Amino acid sequence: MYKTEVRGLLVEGGKTLGDVTRDVMAPLETRSPNWWRVVFGFASLMSIWGIYSIYITITQGIGTWGVNNTIGWGWAIINFVWWIGIGHAGTAFSIFLLVLRQKWRTSINRAAEAMTVVAVLCASIFPALHMGRIWNFYFIVPYPNTRGPLWVNFNSPLFWDFLAISAYLLISASFWYLGMIPDFASIRDKTTSKVKKAVYGFFSMGWLGSSKEWIRFEALAFVLGGIAAVLVVSVHSIVSTDFAVGVEPGWHTTIFPPYFVVGAIFSGFAMVMTLMIIIRKFYRFENYVTDSHLNAIARILVFVSLIMGTAYLTEIFLSWYSGNRYEMFTFFHNRITGEFTPQFWAMFISNALIPQLLWSKKLRSNITVLFIISIIINIGMWFERFNIVVTSLTKDFLPANWAPYHPSLIEVGIYVGTLGFFTLGVLLFFRYIPMIAISEIKGVMKFNKTKAD
Amino acid sequence: MKKYWKSPEELSYGVNTSQEDKFELDHKNAVIDLFEKDIPEKATSRRSFLKLMGFSISAATVVASCKRPVQKAIPYLIKPEEITPGNASYYASTYYDGTEYGSILVKTRDGRPIKIEGNELSRISAGKISARIQASVLSLYDDVRYKTPMISGVDSDWGKTDVEIINKLSAINKEGGKIVLLSDTVISPGTIKVIDLFKEKYPSLEWIQYDPVSYSGMLVANNKSFGKQVIPDYHFDKADLIVSFSADFLGTWIAPVPFTRDYSKNRKLDNGKKKMSKHIQFESGLSLTGSSSDKRIPVKPSEGKVILGNIYNLLAEKAGAAKVNVPKSRIDINELVKDLEMHKGNSLVVSGANDANTQLLVNKINYLLGNYGKTIDLDKPLYLKKGLDADMDKLVSDMEQGKVSAILFYNANPLYNFRKKEKFEKSLDKVSLKVSLSTSPDETSLIADYICPDNHYLESWNDAEPRKGSFSLAQPTISPIFDTRQAQDSLLKWAGAGMDYHSFLEQTWKEYIFSLQEKIANPKEFWIHSLQDGVFDVSSSNETAIPPESIEIYGPVDIKPAGEGLDLVLYETVALGDGRNANNPWLQELPDPVSKACWDNYLNISPSFAEKNGLQNEDVVEIAGLKVPVFVQPGQAEGTVSLALGYGRDNTGKVANNVGVNAWPLVTLVDGAQQLSIEGVSVKKTGKKHSLALTQTHHSMEGRPIVRETSLEAYIKDPSSGNESHEEAERNKVTLYNEVKFDGHHWGMAIDLNACTSCGACIIACQAENNIPVIGKEEVKNRRIMHWIRIDRYYSDEPDQPMVLNQPVMCQHCDNAPCENVCPVSATMHSNEGLNQIAYNRCIGTKYCINNCPYRVRRFNWYKYVDNDKFDYNQNSDLGRLVLNPDVVVRERGVVEKCTFCTQRIQEKKLDAKLENRALRDGEIQPACVQTCPSEALVFGDLNDPESKVSRMFGSERNYHLLEELHTLPSVGYLTKVRNVKAEEINDAGHDKHA
Repeated sequence: MYKTEVRGLLVEGGKTLGDVTRDVMAPLETRSPNWWRVVFGFASLMSIWGIYSIYITITQGIGTWGVNNTIGWGWAIINFVWWIGIGHAGTAFSIFLLVLRQKWRTSINRAAEAMTVVAVLCASIFPALHMGRIWNFYFIVPYPNTRGPLWVNFNSPLFWDFLAISAYLLISASFWYLGMIPDFASIRDKTTSKVKKAVYGFFSMGWLGSSKEWIRFEALAFVLGGIAAVLVVSVHSIVSTDFAVGVEPGWHTTIFPPYFVVGAIFSGFAMVMTLMIIIRKFYRFENYVTDSHLNAIARILVFVSLIMGTAYLTEIFLSWYSGNRYEMFTFFHNRITGEFTPQFWAMFISNALIPQLLWSKKLRSNITVLFIISIIINIGMWFERFNIVVTSLTKDFLPANWAPYHPSLIEVGIYVGTLGFFTLGVLLFFRYIPMIAISEIKGVMKFNKTKAD
Repeated sequence: MKKYWKSPEELSYGVNTSQEDKFELDHKNAVIDLFEKDIPEKATSRRSFLKLMGFSISAATVVASCKRPVQKAIPYLIKPEEITPGNASYYASTYYDGTEYGSILVKTRDGRPIKIEGNELSRISAGKISARIQASVLSLYDDVRYKTPMISGVDSDWGKTDVEIINKLSAINKEGGKIVLLSDTVISPGTIKVIDLFKEKYPSLEWIQYDPVSYSGMLVANNKSFGKQVIPDYHFDKADLIVSFSADFLGTWIAPVPFTRDYSKNRKLDNGKKKMSKHIQFESGLSLTGSSSDKRIPVKPSEGKVILGNIYNLLAEKAGAAKVNVPKSRIDINELVKDLEMHKGNSLVVSGANDANTQLLVNKINYLLGNYGKTIDLDKPLYLKKGLDADMDKLVSDMEQGKVSAILFYNANPLYNFRKKEKFEKSLDKVSLKVSLSTSPDETSLIADYICPDNHYLESWNDAEPRKGSFSLAQPTISPIFDTRQAQDSLLKWAGAGMDYHSFLEQTWKEYIFSLQEKIANPKEFWIHSLQDGVFDVSSSNETAIPPESIEIYGPVDIKPAGEGLDLVLYETVALGDGRNANNPWLQELPDPVSKACWDNYLNISPSFAEKNGLQNEDVVEIAGLKVPVFVQPGQAEGTVSLALGYGRDNTGKVANNVGVNAWPLVTLVDGAQQLSIEGVSVKKTGKKHSLALTQTHHSMEGRPIVRETSLEAYIKDPSSGNESHEEAERNKVTLYNEVKFDGHHWGMAIDLNACTSCGACIIACQAENNIPVIGKEEVKNRRIMHWIRIDRYYSDEPDQPMVLNQPVMCQHCDNAPCENVCPVSATMHSNEGLNQIAYNRCIGTKYCINNCPYRVRRFNWYKYVDNDKFDYNQNSDLGRLVLNPDVVVRERGVVEKCTFCTQRIQEKKLDAKLENRALRDGEIQPACVQTCPSEALVFGDLNDPESKVSRMFGSERNYHLLEELHTLPSVGYLTKVRNVKAEEINDAGHDKHA
């Protein structure tokens, strides 16, 4: 087995190539476990609530939400940014590590990419739903049309957003699918079920595994990876301009693009951690997703958390240093102190302080601690978006307009619904798609063998 | 045969090549191409038959299965001369509902009145009207109105009703039984003549005028002082010092619109004026008048009387007049009296108390100050209030004794607003004939034997004499929508006059009023002329009033010291008044100018009272048997609580029913006059909660330069005082981009914060003009009110004695608008005349613009507000929708809307000017808010025209823009508020305190 100086063994347990295929394909070939069914049922209920809420929103109007004349955006946009952030990591993880030739990514990237695609799909529900006239959604698409032609406003961050997200979704999905082609071929060859043979055969696009195919496959993966790497940075930078271009106190800052990208990577890595801990626990993939993998993610989290803390402090410092009374009010009287104190400190403690615990090697190797911290980070990041959207809007320039904001059950329902969709998506991924890139992990092993000989 | 040809080709080759024919042929081919080229030629094959049949059947199915809404558009068979579809016609008319008078122009489109505007020819209201008058057009289209005459609650017809009523009246008349006509104050000379005629037929008629909010005390006092039972006219413009004791003369007292207009004339500091009136208000609850004053002293009503007595004594001492017995006031009034003496002849003391003794004191003070004939005019009194409270109590005892055989209710609703309504109702049992002339259901008409519904005033003929010598006419602008008949017509019919009120009125005018003038020689011409103008004023050579020779000094009065207990003060709200228009959703949703609450009445308590009793907003308390929520009102006088009248109606209509509580039963009678202040009440906590719909919940400016104010003293020294941050913002104005230039017009608005009294007329005018939906209490609570213009109200200084700052805010039409660049679909953009526009059809409702508007003036259609049972207001019925302005689109669910500066009005006037081939005149274009503003605080015009009024106001040192430091470059400017106080009384630090 291959053993690097830094990481140790990438695949433990003395697996042979055949073992890998067998192990990874086991969940696809066997009956789904009971916990899977229970969670599936539970996620379906959440989704039903979500679908009902979406139905009410579309048929009756945004009035069913808690937003008002003062706060035009509420949970919808918070959740949108949150999901996009989560959807970040998959690609960031997989692509940055691919470009940097970090071989340890191989056992994780598939799940991370799947998570990205599902999360981005969940995220894209929100901007569509928060539109007053969703049936005119296509107005935002720039194409020569019969309405004039009327073009979109190329100056508007929301339009950039639309382009960035759709491009990101396309690239992420393509990249994910591309990586799965050899694995689908393996399933096709291995499975005994005729239906599965046909379906996976269709999706494997006639993959034979010739050298020529492998060369092209890898070249394409690098090209797509290169494009996606740019998009990872661009998509959340652009999401941040939704706020940074605005005049609202607490929004109008130049720190937002890097701060958002880092924040997204932070929340995404935390979500990858959560997911990988679940996968290795329930599917017994400890040999593939090793302690050393989790250790590596944890170390990244510590580092990113430091950046987050710096960003928070920079924002606060600049609001004071600018001498702008509106900015100062927002930061000092509406976040650090004031009505939204709990939300602000929830954000600060969960994102900037708690992850610092991972400096300790002991805590870092405790899976339970890692799991809890990864969840805390995700909650903290949700509060970060809450702080940005709600605290700035509820109390901005004219005190006469200040209004409270409470989400309605419908709004909460849509969020719960997306959590349900996400869980369903991930569960289906567990069931029907190899969770670990078989071909890639074999590549790591092969490399290992020659070296060891 | 001769050959005719079109082209050489045709001639030589016989080919038809002319363009038209070719087009026609191509066109035909195109149609036939659908099937087969040669269908017309060939015999029908089986194939083509089936094809055609299939097509036509499926086409028929598709067409038949799509249910299309049936919409009837009936064109005029013969076009009426005066109606051009698409053009509005204006008719001069008169509004008077017993509480408020206005000479108006009714804007009608295609035969339906859609908007009320002020008649500029009127010397009284001068083109300005209040929120209530603006909203009155909506009551016309109220589907709760009585639709037919009714006998004992069953629909009937006029013939049967008339016969039965005439029979009964004649029988009563024969027996000598008493017939009572109970009405509110009637100011119509024509109607008075009709009643005279009625009395001739039925000599036993007794006519009682009953004002729910009465000025009985003032009438009695003036009778005692001057022998004239009238309400004098007040000239607030001529007064340099105004001292008001609980008289809300800018909001609800006697004639608020003319008073506001006059008052603001002497408050504006236009064209470098350095002088303005000083206004001191003593009052219990914080009223709109109190919030406009320079100095507001919260006092108990009883204490106000003591202060008046003290003022009088100090003045009497110097004049050598008899003094009154009065305890010493806790408030030092020496300064005030000195001030009053300095302003002899140009001061004005008014009191809102309905108490003859207090009014006598006020009369004497004004007499000693020489104000009669100068700021108070007894020669041209106001006729707006004539009711004497004693009459009502006499009526009740008469009825109890069975002396009254018939009673006719005309604009009177005692079973709602009489203080002893149970007693009244019981005594009505002894009255054999009860006839109601009410337009729509009310508490009194429900018990009537006969309901003979009156027309809405927009369907009626009428006249009015609100002030001696000032007449106005009302004419119908639509034929009666339901089977109703004007009350005067009913009376004429029952009197057997044999003529309708229209001809009666015309005759009256030709006979009596015609002779008051000499300009027009022909009576018919005079009638037509007056009808067209809507008003007629008797020109008097001597415009200045003659001061009374002497004043009857009414014997020594003892004034009791102010009581220690808790006083309850009942008041009228600016929106609902005495509650007769409570079923008007526009008025119900108009936020109170001070509390910013709507859709409820509530008990105003002072912050210290709240603290002492552990009360919070929305806690329900019990007071005198009524359960009301409390509202903590800064500025409420210690030892007082106040509660609005006009709420708690039942059986009136879905809008008004069960909104608030009815406070009328709490009214008391003292010395034969109804008192709106009750001493010695107690408040008990119930532990329940009742939510209130507030449109503003934060009341401090947080030290931000939002409403800028200064003192007159500082202003005289430096006109830009208080406006220092404007200079700073101008200095810091840096931009990377080229300045935006507007070649043609550049529309702008200037708002004089010194003139705005926050009366809210602009809000309703805008609502009527721009089809703004009513959303109801729940949605207002969710902070989603749709009004395009709002009035922000901030407090400064101590919560118990706050200074109030008002600021109307509408779309600022920023030249560098933050909302415009963020819209992803370019639905909102800038016009080349500086307007910030929205294309509703394009809007997809991302609400990004709402978030990015620092003024938060954009409104979102959260729900479908039209034709939706959840919002069961006027836009939910065909009748209610008749009030919609066809020039303004009704917005769909999910789009953003906001103030357009009434772009439809701009366009209309521009076209007018173009047709007449002339340049637009300054002031010709008036958005609805500007047009109605009683204080003329809003000015609209072209900023590119250096001579326009708005340009001159923009050039003032007082001018600033809201949040100008954001570089949004608004087209709306505000002029700083100047208070007539000493410089040290305006302290900036005070603005930081939370109110």
